[in-house]
Amino acid sequence: MEHSSGIAVGAKIDLGRAEVGTVHKPVEQPPEVALTVIEPRHGWYGVDLAELWRYRELLYFLVWRDVKVRYKQTVVGAGWAIIQPVCTMVVFSIIFGSFAKIPSDGVPYPVFVFAAILPWTFFAEAVSQASLGLVAQANLLKKVYFPRLLLPTASAGLGLVDFAVRLGVYVGIMLWYAHLPGPSVLLVPVLVLLTTLLALGVGMFLSGLTVVYRDFRTVVPFLLQAWMHISPVVFPLSLVPEQYRWIMLLNPMTGIIGGFRSVLLNQPLDWTALAASTVITFAVLIFGVSSFQRLERRFADVA
Amino acid sequence: MSTPAIHVERLGKQVKLGLRVANQYSFSEVLMSILGAPLRRLRTLGESSYGGELFWALRDISLDVLPGEVVGLIGRNGAGKSTLLKILSRVVSPTVGRAEIRGRVGSLLEVGVGFHPELTGRENIYLNGAILGMRQAEIRRKFDEIVAFSEVERFLDTPVKRYSSGMYVRLAFAVAAHLDPEILIVDEVLAVGDVAFQRKCLGKMGDVAQGGRTVLFVSHNMRAVAGLCTRAVLMEGGTIVADGTPEAMIRKYMAGLDANVGGGPEKVFPEAAEKPAQVQRIRLYNAAARATCDYDLLDPITVEAAFTVREELDDLVAVLQVCTPTDDVVFVSTHVDEDNHWADERPGAAPRSRGNYVARATIPAPLLNCGEYHVLVQLLAPRHAVYDSVRGPVFRIDDVSSFASCLFHKPRQGHVAVPIPWELEPA
Repeated sequence: MEHSSGIAVGAKIDLGRAEVGTVHKPVEQPPEVALTVIEPRHGWYGVDLAELWRYRELLYFLVWRDVKVRYKQTVVGAGWAIIQPVCTMVVFSIIFGSFAKIPSDGVPYPVFVFAAILPWTFFAEAVSQASLGLVAQANLLKKVYFPRLLLPTASAGLGLVDFAVRLGVYVGIMLWYAHLPGPSVLLVPVLVLLTTLLALGVGMFLSGLTVVYRDFRTVVPFLLQAWMHISPVVFPLSLVPEQYRWIMLLNPMTGIIGGFRSVLLNQPLDWTALAASTVITFAVLIFGVSSFQRLERRFADVA
Repeated sequence: MSTPAIHVERLGKQVKLGLRVANQYSFSEVLMSILGAPLRRLRTLGESSYGGELFWALRDISLDVLPGEVVGLIGRNGAGKSTLLKILSRVVSPTVGRAEIRGRVGSLLEVGVGFHPELTGRENIYLNGAILGMRQAEIRRKFDEIVAFSEVERFLDTPVKRYSSGMYVRLAFAVAAHLDPEILIVDEVLAVGDVAFQRKCLGKMGDVAQGGRTVLFVSHNMRAVAGLCTRAVLMEGGTIVADGTPEAMIRKYMAGLDANVGGGPEKVFPEAAEKPAQVQRIRLYNAAARATCDYDLLDPITVEAAFTVREELDDLVAVLQVCTPTDDVVFVSTHVDEDNHWADERPGAAPRSRGNYVARATIPAPLLNCGEYHVLVQLLAPRHAVYDSVRGPVFRIDDVSSFASCLFHKPRQGHVAVPIPWELEPA
């Protein structure tokens, strides 16, 4: 297997001719000239982080586009990002909190469930947006070059904006129930980062597959729904018998949701679960990126 | 001599000539093929799987383009021109070979890539600019220029979904035209927009060329190739067959087209003395009286049939049929159509006496949509006898001036492409 980095824009010195090809620098400064090398790509290859950095403005515009469209199109505008999780919270509170009487670790059930809906909705939307969005933008894949990793990344960006809106809603609910968080709330950004990385990993893996195998479009929503049911969204992890809890920890969302609950509801953090989540998240991210890169060179042919 | 701006070395691209449309697989199919035949899967491991015939869309392409050269890629559909541009634009990767590009590349495989219908013109300028590789500061600097070029100032804050197709294309091209790269790769984007705007775009591209930039572009518009390029490359069947001055290459390309469609624009038929009337020759020519098999959608086509009448006949009508390659008749016309009372006894209404005649019929344009057609010429006495029936030359209609595609960014569907009067008003 050849490990040529497919399209490398790398510094190159052409012996014989006194001409230096450089990269990572704007071309406006002659006599340095950007050199692009185009070669066949085989197997796995790395991520060109420098190139991703050069395209950061495009990432910004892609997120900006999705946010604009989302908040412009719908009649209720930003309301949609609020109504949906609030409705979910109400339904879950009635069914699981009042009817099924699922325990909520001594916290009012609506607050308890909304603290989990926050990270879960962010994760699920970023993942489904990534995999469905990539197919929807097939024309972009066929007609213009940019690092493809930007597309699923932009989907996570949109998720983050929605997340921020919902966090505001949560603050309202929290005040209403007078259930305030403690100093551990400062960990929220860390948890958000962890969720983002996991969503990126899963989103990239599934979006690559969705472009190449079209029926994944129906698989993804189903997968996410099943995933929600095995994650402690409507129930606390304490409901699971002690000896089976380690199985739950294999699901990286367990630690993340548990973490969000702990810091938002001012409960002790489960560091083991969080550590397990972090390790698995990074493994998933590496796997997601590399599988995306592997499938990526087929995008323009199949999209 | 200076280092080439584009250096292509033995480039090749293999594609799967799938039996299925667009190479799409569903995951369940793949799963079934793996579960259903693990052995076969094992055997084909390492090779490209899932069947489909492999075919070289591009083979052994070597090409050097010097800085400042404007190179036109010409050739028939499927010659590999667009595939080459896609590889150089890094949208697809090659199967073998290597290419080096020195300088900032601007690639325009389609105008308006990434335009979002819900966003306004202003927003789309930024978005499209970023997608094409412009920096935000650069877009901001050129913003007014782009808007002025596009002529859509008044609708800048209207979502582009409300734009007319002309406005849409103008805005999209305006962004692209201000890309300002060192190397510009352009695929047939001139085939959109109205004629006046096309001229403006050609002018802008001319500016680019005179600015010492390197341009590589594909076009079916030979006027654009002749007018803009300093060099042309002729491709055929995935390889480069000739390389030289635009004039020489265009001549070669046109000659190849004529040769390819079976005998050219003229067909002569052998003498058959037993026929009372016989077609001797059919010739197709354009408005400039040049015999050709290739027409633009907007070019009228004249069919000229020379025939001889060997005995005194009661009646004779010349009939022209225009048919598709599968022999579907698109329309039928006769030389007496314009007389309401065509079966009358007027002298000269039908050539009944012995002698040689020439009949000319002009197919108006735009009428026939893009595609390949052939004519059928018949000499007959209505409801009585068919004296002769011959198949004339094959001709092709292309969308050089873009009547058909300007609205749809792709060929218009249908057998005919005719503008018809419309009325649209608030009810």
